[in-house]
Amino acid sequence: MKKIIKPCGLHCIKLIDVSVSFGDKEVLHDINLHIHCGTMTAIIGRNGAGKSTLVRALAGEIPYGGSLEFRTREDGNTSRIRIGYVPQTINIDPAIPVSVADLLTVYHGKRPVFLPGSRDEIKKALEVFDAADLIDEPVGKLSGGQLQRVLLANAIMGDPDLLLLDEPVSGIDKVGMDIFYEKITYLKEHFDLAVVLVSHDLDYVAKHADRVVLLDESILKSGSPREVYDSDEFRGVFGDVRYM
Amino acid sequence: MISEMLSYPFMRMAFIAVLLLAPALGILGTMVVEKKMAFFSDAIGHSALTGIAIGVLCGMGSSGIAVVIYAAIFAILLNEIRFRGHSSTDTIISVMASASLALGLAILSRGGSFSGYSSLLIGDILSISRDDLLALAVVFVITIAFAFFFFNSVLAVAIHPTLAKVSGIRFRLLEHGFAVLVAIVVALSIRWIGILLINAMLILPAASARSISGNLREYMGLTLAFSIFSSVIGLALSYFLSIASGPAIVIISALIYAVCYVYGRNKQ
Repeated sequence: MKKIIKPCGLHCIKLIDVSVSFGDKEVLHDINLHIHCGTMTAIIGRNGAGKSTLVRALAGEIPYGGSLEFRTREDGNTSRIRIGYVPQTINIDPAIPVSVADLLTVYHGKRPVFLPGSRDEIKKALEVFDAADLIDEPVGKLSGGQLQRVLLANAIMGDPDLLLLDEPVSGIDKVGMDIFYEKITYLKEHFDLAVVLVSHDLDYVAKHADRVVLLDESILKSGSPREVYDSDEFRGVFGDVRYM
Repeated sequence: MISEMLSYPFMRMAFIAVLLLAPALGILGTMVVEKKMAFFSDAIGHSALTGIAIGVLCGMGSSGIAVVIYAAIFAILLNEIRFRGHSSTDTIISVMASASLALGLAILSRGGSFSGYSSLLIGDILSISRDDLLALAVVFVITIAFAFFFFNSVLAVAIHPTLAKVSGIRFRLLEHGFAVLVAIVVALSIRWIGILLINAMLILPAASARSISGNLREYMGLTLAFSIFSSVIGLALSYFLSIASGPAIVIISALIYAVCYVYGRNKQ
C-alpha cells in the first residue's frame, strides 16, 4: 500500500448509467457519478433506498447495468480499476482455523498461506488501523470493531483506487464509530484513493464527508453535505431535522 | 511382527498406496470442509458407482477412464446447481446422488451379478498393482500442486466470495477446477477405499484438525499428520486383526476426531 503526502485529485472514477435489477424489478437506475481520489463520498437515504445494493453491485457481488470507468492522471486513458471492499458485516464461523494474518494472506499473499514467510506487509496494513496486535488472533474470536479494522486493512492491502465501505451498523459503539471515521479520513488524506461509503449516521456524514449522494432508487440530490442537507429532497426523506 | 507384515509385497504396496492417498485426501479435505462441501463430495463418491457401471457396459471394466469422466461431469453439474443458489440445494444434490447410485446399481446387478462388485462398497487396498500406484502418484502430485497454487484462493472464496472476487480471483473457473479435482481423486480412490468410506477419509482428518487449530498452518499440518497416522495404523490393524483395511482406517480417524472434539471444546 503506497502512502503519499497528498492525493493528486486527478484520478477520476465515473459511474455511467448504473442500474441494478432483481428479476423484473429495477431497484436502482440512472446512477451517474464522478468521484475523485482524495475524497469521501457518502451515500445516504431511507431504508431500502438501494444504498448497500449500489455498493455491492460496484464490488461485483450483484450484476449491474451501465459501466464503471476509471481514468488515470497520466494520459486520461481508462484503465482497470482496483477496488477495495469492506462489507457491512461478514458471517465468520467462530471455529474457523484462520488467524488475522491468514485472512490477509489468502486475499493478498503470494505464497501459500500454510507455508512460513514474511509478514511485514500485513503488519504495515494492520498498523494503519491500530490492529497490529491482532495479527495472530483467530478471526472468529474478534469483536465487531476489531473485525472491521482487520477488514479495512485487508481492503487497503490490494492498493485500491476505489474503497467501497458499508458502514457497520451493529456491534460497534460510539468510540468504535469515531475511530472508524477518523481512520477513513486518514486514508483519503494520505493514500491515493477515493472512498465511497454507505452511511446510516447523518451526523458523521455531515462531519466527515466531502460529498453526499442522497439516493432513492436513483440520485435525488448530490453535492456538498450542506447543499444536500439544506435541500427539499433531503427534507422529503428525513423530515425537517438540522444536522449542520 | 512388523517386519513379517512388510515381508508381503501386497502389504508393502498397500502402505505406499496409503502414504500417497492419505495426504492427497487430507489436503483436499481441508478445502472441502472449509467450503462446507462434505455432502457434495459424498454425492460424488456415490456417483462414481455409475461411472464404473458405464465403464463395465462399454467393456472397459471397473478400472476404466469412464468413472473419472463421469465423476467430473457429475461434479460440474452439481456445482452449477450450487451456483443457482436454490434453498433446496441439498435436496437436489441428494436426489441426483440417489438417482445416480440407483442407476449404477441397476446396471451392475443385471442378471443378479452384483456380488462381483460388492468390494466397491468397502474397497480393497490390498489389491493395488504397480500401475495403480503410478496413477496414485500422479494424483498425489496434482493435489499438492493444486494446494500450492490455489489453496489461498479456495479459502478466500470460502470465507467471503465477494472479497475474493474483488481481489481478482476467477471464482467460477476455480470452483469448477476444485470440484473436478475432488471428483477425480474420489473416483480413482473408490476401488481401494470403497464408496461407503471415501468421504470419511476425506473429511475426518480435516474435521479433527479444525477443532484444535488456531491458524491455517496448524490446520494443514495436523490434517496431514492425522490422515497419515490413521491410514498407517489402520492398515497395520487390518493386517493383525484380519479386518478390512478401509473400515480400520476410518475407525482410527473417528477416534482421533472424538479426542480432538473433546479437547477443542475444553480449550474454548
